[in-house]
Amino acid sequence: MNQQPLNHEPVIEISHLSRRFGFKVAVDVTSLKVHRGQVFGLVGANGAGKTTLIKHVMGLLRAESGSVRVFGLDPASDPVAVLRRIGFLSEDRDMPGWMRVDELLRYTRAFHRDWDKDYAESLRERFQLDPSARVKNLSRGELAKTGLLLALAHRPELLVLDEPSSGLDPVVRREMLEAIIRSVADEGRTVFFSSHLLDEIERASDHVAMMAGGRVILEGRVEEILESHHRLTLRFAAPLSEPPILAGALLMTGAGLEWTAICNAGRQEMESAAAKLGGRIVEEAAASLDDIFLARVGSNGSSLRRSEKQEVS
Amino acid sequence: MQLHISPRDGVPIFRQIVNQVKYLVGSGRLEPGDELPPIRVLAEQLVVNPNTIARAYAELEHAGVVSKRHGSGTYVSGNGSPLGRLEKAKILSQRTDALVAEARHLGVELNELLDLVRERHRALQSKE
Repeated sequence: MNQQPLNHEPVIEISHLSRRFGFKVAVDVTSLKVHRGQVFGLVGANGAGKTTLIKHVMGLLRAESGSVRVFGLDPASDPVAVLRRIGFLSEDRDMPGWMRVDELLRYTRAFHRDWDKDYAESLRERFQLDPSARVKNLSRGELAKTGLLLALAHRPELLVLDEPSSGLDPVVRREMLEAIIRSVADEGRTVFFSSHLLDEIERASDHVAMMAGGRVILEGRVEEILESHHRLTLRFAAPLSEPPILAGALLMTGAGLEWTAICNAGRQEMESAAAKLGGRIVEEAAASLDDIFLARVGSNGSSLRRSEKQEVS
Repeated sequence: MQLHISPRDGVPIFRQIVNQVKYLVGSGRLEPGDELPPIRVLAEQLVVNPNTIARAYAELEHAGVVSKRHGSGTYVSGNGSPLGRLEKAKILSQRTDALVAEARHLGVELNELLDLVRERHRALQSKE
């Protein structure tokens, strides 16, 4: 039978993984663990290192330094034992265009001894995929759903999805997310997925890691991250020409008398810090994952998203 | 039971669920003895991680709003929530602040606002 790991052993364990492409640091992750039954969301802008990290998990890239373990095994040296237990949807959804959908299902089935034919058929019906359609004629949404079907049909222990909803319309995005949630709810599946859509991450995951410049800049349970950050608006006695510097504030935007801070310090700390500069809190609200991500990326030096935003405005 | 989740407003989804169930119980749309949907069912309906639903149900149970009957399901509790006075005030003060500020902005006097609160209270009661 399968070598079942003990329950406390992480499904994915990454330590001190670093990889460069030329001079560019693609991935530099000190420690990352995904436990059984977790839905782990990986957030980051394009080029943040999500896909490179996922390629290491899939054994498509070998760790240059540090280690990657999936089910306790090295996916690059033991791909057969590891990949058998993973369902994978790659970002580019590479599938042979000349095949028909039913042929593609039969073809993929041949690689998986655990393939569940009835389950595959029920997914095909649910996704309304025409078995006689050629892959090259499928729409973007149908391609994504076909890819997800292929990833799910052998009921893998671990589902790895690289940007599953990238470039899809809201209807298909919802269908994909529903299928993922259903597979988690019904079978307690472990999921490791990347996305740049934070509302999707928040719905689906219980754990999230934010990446920028190849590094994990924030990681934790979704509600802990949300509840430890606030959006405070401060009003000062006299107009300020530069953003006030407050300990605990990750990002400060505004002008003149009123400034809004995304902060990860408690209200009282912020209140007394602001008072020293002649300011008081006039508004307090929850910070969304979007706010937190932008603030964290901005305060971390690699201000990719922020510079993008500045160009737009 | 109809819940609506909006992931973008910064309130954790489990807390949105907790707040909305409390509201449904408070407004009489959920009555003592009513059964909440099983975790899986609600997870699929709301398209939300089942662990998040479980967390919300645990919180509601802790607050005395619902109770679990062994193995069978989660039900709205018979007796009102045993929250302390301070905790109740904490839950309500943020919304009250927003209401008072809005009223001031619209030029509505405090007495008028209190009359409106009483009127809405009566309207809710007559629906029960």
